[in-house]
Amino acid sequence: MPSIRVVAFAQARELLAAPACALELQNAATVGEAWTALRERYPALLALESVRLARNGKIASNDESLHDGDELAVLPAVGGG
Amino acid sequence: MSHRIVDRPIDPSEVERQVREAGYGGVALFLGVVRERSDDERPVTGLSYEAFAPMALQSFEEIAAEARRRFGDVRIAIAHRIGELRVGEIAVVVAAGAPHRAAAFDACEYAIDELKRRAPIWKKEQYADGSAQWRENAGTGGPEGHATP
Repeated sequence: MPSIRVVAFAQARELLAAPACALELQNAATVGEAWTALRERYPALLALESVRLARNGKIASNDESLHDGDELAVLPAVGGG
Repeated sequence: MSHRIVDRPIDPSEVERQVREAGYGGVALFLGVVRERSDDERPVTGLSYEAFAPMALQSFEEIAAEARRRFGDVRIAIAHRIGELRVGEIAVVVAAGAPHRAAAFDACEYAIDELKRRAPIWKKEQYADGSAQWRENAGTGGPEGHATP
């Protein structure tokens, strides 16, 4: 099974109770499917109202495919500046 | 390297120096400073900023390239602080240089507006009563966010 690395920031990091974790996926999983699986495993993440997801440092759409070793970043609504 | 994310105080003159050119007669400098009150008027003792640094620096590069397409011959440098900041400290510096002032002002405003809209940087406000809260910028939870079912 492919495995990805999840990194989380701000509220997402606090809800995950860790800055990063590994997630095992079914073959040919998409970004959206990984996000669903992550929230099933860490239901605290359901409290996030709006997030963007980035695959290997680039904003990704839900239907984008994930591959073994990819990094999926969980980015809550931003507050810089 | 004209853009930076740093965990120590930012010297605005170092950022401004990045956008100097012999042909540039205008340099606009924006400082974002920690305010003593939140938008909902709660007394703030400090902020903590967190960034996804490689992606944030990439977004600064993209914003600077977009500003050149929109406003022509402009150069932009951005420095953003992370970590714990107190009231009055500088959180972000944006410098824009151009041949004339109109393009420098326009590029500087465009860069800070876009940074606030999309750079992967987050802020947590610390309040005088000991509580704390992550605060998002206006308009960032919008249509491009992934809807949570």
